[in-house]
Amino acid sequence: MLPRDTLAAHARLLDEVGRVDQVGVEERVAKFTTRSVKKTAKLWGLRTAVSMTDLTTLEGKDTPGKIESLCRKALRPHDDPSVPPVAAVCVYPSMVRHAKSLVGGSTVKVASVATAFPSGQTHFKTRLAEVRGAVADGADEIDMVINRGAFLSGDFARVEDEIAGVVEACGAAALKVILEVSELETYDNIRKASFIAMGALRPGDFIKTSTGKTNLNATLANNQVMIEAIRDFYLDTGIAIGMKPAGGIKTAKQSLHFLIAVKETLGDAWLTRKRYRFGASSLLNDLLRQLEKERTGAYQAPYHFSDATESY
Amino acid sequence: MPSRRTSPPRPRASLIFGDLWEFDPAPETADPKLKPRYDLFIGGRFVAPRTGRYFDSVNPANERKIAEIALAGEADVDAAYAAAARAFGPWSALPGRERGKYLYRIARLLQDRAREFAVAETIDGGKPIRESRDFDVPMAAAHFFYHAGWADKLAYVAPGAAVSPLGVVGQVIPWNFPLLMLAWKLAPALAMGNCVVLKPAETTSITALKLAEILQDAGLPPGVVNFVTGAADTGAAVMGHPGAAKVAFTGSTEVGKRIMRQLAGTDTRMTMELGGKAANIVFDDAPIEQAVEGIVNGIFFNQGHVCCAGSRLLVHEPVADAVIAKLKNRLRVLRVGDPLDKNTDLGAINSAEQLSRIRRLVAAGVREGAVLYQPPCSLPGKGFYFPPTLFTRVTQSHRIAREEIFGPVLSILTFRTVDEAIEKANNTPYGLSAGVWTDKGSRILRMSTELKAGVVWANTFNRFDPASPFGGYKESGFGREGGRQGLLDYARLS
Amino acid sequence: MSAARTQVRIPVTKTPKVYIGGAFVRSESARTFKVSDRSGAFFGNIPQCTRKDLRNAVEAAAKAGPGWARRTPYNRAQILYRLAEMIEARSLELVDALARFGERASDAERGVSVSVDRLIHYAGWADKYEQLLASVNPVASPHFNFTVTEPMGVVGVIAPDRSPLLALVSMVAPVVASGNTVVALASETAPYPAILLGEMLATSDLPGGVVNLLTGFRREMLPTFATHAHLRAVYADVKGEDRRALRAGAADSVKRVRFVEGAAGDWLSDSAQGLEFIRAFVELKTTWHPIGS
Repeated sequence: MLPRDTLAAHARLLDEVGRVDQVGVEERVAKFTTRSVKKTAKLWGLRTAVSMTDLTTLEGKDTPGKIESLCRKALRPHDDPSVPPVAAVCVYPSMVRHAKSLVGGSTVKVASVATAFPSGQTHFKTRLAEVRGAVADGADEIDMVINRGAFLSGDFARVEDEIAGVVEACGAAALKVILEVSELETYDNIRKASFIAMGALRPGDFIKTSTGKTNLNATLANNQVMIEAIRDFYLDTGIAIGMKPAGGIKTAKQSLHFLIAVKETLGDAWLTRKRYRFGASSLLNDLLRQLEKERTGAYQAPYHFSDATESY
Repeated sequence: MPSRRTSPPRPRASLIFGDLWEFDPAPETADPKLKPRYDLFIGGRFVAPRTGRYFDSVNPANERKIAEIALAGEADVDAAYAAAARAFGPWSALPGRERGKYLYRIARLLQDRAREFAVAETIDGGKPIRESRDFDVPMAAAHFFYHAGWADKLAYVAPGAAVSPLGVVGQVIPWNFPLLMLAWKLAPALAMGNCVVLKPAETTSITALKLAEILQDAGLPPGVVNFVTGAADTGAAVMGHPGAAKVAFTGSTEVGKRIMRQLAGTDTRMTMELGGKAANIVFDDAPIEQAVEGIVNGIFFNQGHVCCAGSRLLVHEPVADAVIAKLKNRLRVLRVGDPLDKNTDLGAINSAEQLSRIRRLVAAGVREGAVLYQPPCSLPGKGFYFPPTLFTRVTQSHRIAREEIFGPVLSILTFRTVDEAIEKANNTPYGLSAGVWTDKGSRILRMSTELKAGVVWANTFNRFDPASPFGGYKESGFGREGGRQGLLDYARLS
Repeated sequence: MSAARTQVRIPVTKTPKVYIGGAFVRSESARTFKVSDRSGAFFGNIPQCTRKDLRNAVEAAAKAGPGWARRTPYNRAQILYRLAEMIEARSLELVDALARFGERASDAERGVSVSVDRLIHYAGWADKYEQLLASVNPVASPHFNFTVTEPMGVVGVIAPDRSPLLALVSMVAPVVASGNTVVALASETAPYPAILLGEMLATSDLPGGVVNLLTGFRREMLPTFATHAHLRAVYADVKGEDRRALRAGAADSVKRVRFVEGAAGDWLSDSAQGLEFIRAFVELKTTWHPIGS
């Protein structure tokens, strides 16, 4: 059981931001999946999803060679000139300089995870140093993790102060705050953490669902709780925060469901990569595959697309 | 830190729900497999009406004729009752286990042809294909499936008493959920061993007659189920027939009262599922976002053509402004239009007559001083449509707070205390359903105890299940449909 | 002559395997026992399952349990009904299997059709038993007090030798209808119908691991059924010393032990089915909640 003051802190915050009913929110998002997007609307959705993708590789086995192929793909996902470049490449700090040398000068940003990704379990000073290092190496965007331990024990001030510290360390770089929703467990907690993060952020910064390193990542429901928080915060303060669901979005169809949720919750102003991103690695090829299907009328085999992992 | 609580938006920040990403039309293209003309279904066969007359069934989305429907007169109703009476002996003598197998077959055959039925339902009644596909048809199949399982377990329905069927049951159903209401009526009656004469609503007869095809495919013995189609006169003949051991009616309170008077001199049993004016009560500690969704679902589901619709929103004053602001934003993304489009949230109003009733009551609301809000939306030029509508500053004495509108129109009232919410909710001759939204469990149970309504939804609305009894208090009727209790209404206990 | 010779065709025999965790496997011990048909001719080698096979089956059942229990009762009902459809469609094969091991053809036919009806009976119960076993309790305080059922968990079933299909179906169906999962030991003398049943389970919509069917020697397996702590109940058609052994072994883990008694063992009759067989394998849970503002 949590200590008394922890409970009180959680209760106060919940009273302030309001509650979420699990069954209700899951029913709501199920309706997004029944929307039917066809023809020009589908093309628009697929291309927009490409333009919103943070093409990601976050593996211990990443090498400069792997980063190079990722960056080439990011700049020119497909031969078809109507397919836009992706929003950003997302890499570990040690790869930032290399990635920047490949995509610098283009519209493709370099995003770097930092702050002892994915657990965040190291000294705050070290986490800040990591952020500063990545920014110095040329990162345009920083993806940080929140202190889930502090959050769960009710030390919200610490969570917020740390985010504020990272904002400062970012300088001109945009910040994406990863809540790691699977470790927060409840939608109430996701809503609370969203507000804590937004309180410390600047317009144009993002909140993000997950690291992609745990068993549960972005779902339509936790995306919904977060974009509703963004909407409520915006209507209250006028500050527009962006959203990035990450991990688990593998198919074009899924990404369209997320975009429909954005369209019907936040509206047109968020249907841009300036305010919405997908953190994904395999999503891009499925988007390309569906775009090619729309162009040719024929269903496509995965191995026609570069960097495909499916070999069967 | 800025206030995190959802307070009303300041004018400088607003959301844009524009045309940046407009969806292309996405019509459902499955063939509803309709016949140009539908006869009566009596004694297991389609037969021409002895009146020799047919009437048109019209698609309310475009006012085009879909098919001709036989007009049953008294002689046809007599023939239907005679066929049912002939079938009753062997049908009621069949072991429950075997009777159940027919109901299972009907459920399965309906599942097989679900999409075809959904399209037919939408064309005939105007409801969005999303609802007929995801709700009406699967729920109708679920009712047959659930009741199939009771047929061999009737000994458990009323412990301590023996149950037996009543005989021939006359049933009249409304146009808002044509196939689903038919399933609610047929399934328990048949499971218990009764035979049925049923009249669908005049404007929505087609899915009943398509179901007759399924009854034939299922090999259901002739006469066990008979469908007679027509308007009010046919309905009165079905309800008033001396061959009826029981009548079951779903429809308006006005007609229900008329039937009760008509049958006053007989011992015919009755089930009445009538109108409603449900209060949907939102407290300040509710999960607001889900409450807003529940309010929308409560009143705009099936264009508000729902007897248990949450047509009166009672909202706690501390959150009234926030709830109303969120509701208005939510209404802006409701899609009104072609019911066959898979993205349509609100389809067509069922008939010209119903549309004019809605317009009349909405005009009364404006005249009596309530404040109207309708989101910007363009309605199709042809067909019967009405935009989603909110009224704020409504009081208990307004007509729109007292009369059943049966359309997509929500009246919003406020309250300050729990007792006031209960008083306002119960201040109506109706008592079909109610909704409560609060994070506090004990308050849910208090409200559920105090509300005079046959169904109370807590932190949800418009949920239905074959296992869950449904029906009203007061002038919303009596008797229950669904669950063990619903089955009992078709049984004689001894 | 040569034309006639080419018409000779040697039948392909089937390797009998047991159904564990949704897969068809041999015993981990690689042991088998020989089964002959009623004429005495060799039929096949049946897996002689061991305590380790039982352990593996319990693991599979435990893994499948939470998902099966979480499914809606309506979904469980439809799945059991689908199983009945599959068996009805392949009833000739089952009748043949029963007749091959000694049942009269007419008895075999009746056994199969009653098995199908029994499954449908319990399919119907899946979304109804709660309406009869649960209650709202009128306590003398401002509390809403209600009692609901929950499945017990993994249940062991030990089927009798006679009625090798119908008895097995009659014992397994009420247990799984409420969301339990099952590890069953089939008839020792006529195990083949249970193996066929496994093949039908695999082609129904029943998730793998919900029903696991073992074959082998009852005396060898019974002590493990009795003492395996993860089995929360055992439902056995056994007599005499076997009953004592099961009860004694079960005591260590306070396992629920139910035996087939009296008319319940008259498998063809309606007295072998009903709500009480579901009630025997559920736990009851009572919740108190205040009523107030």
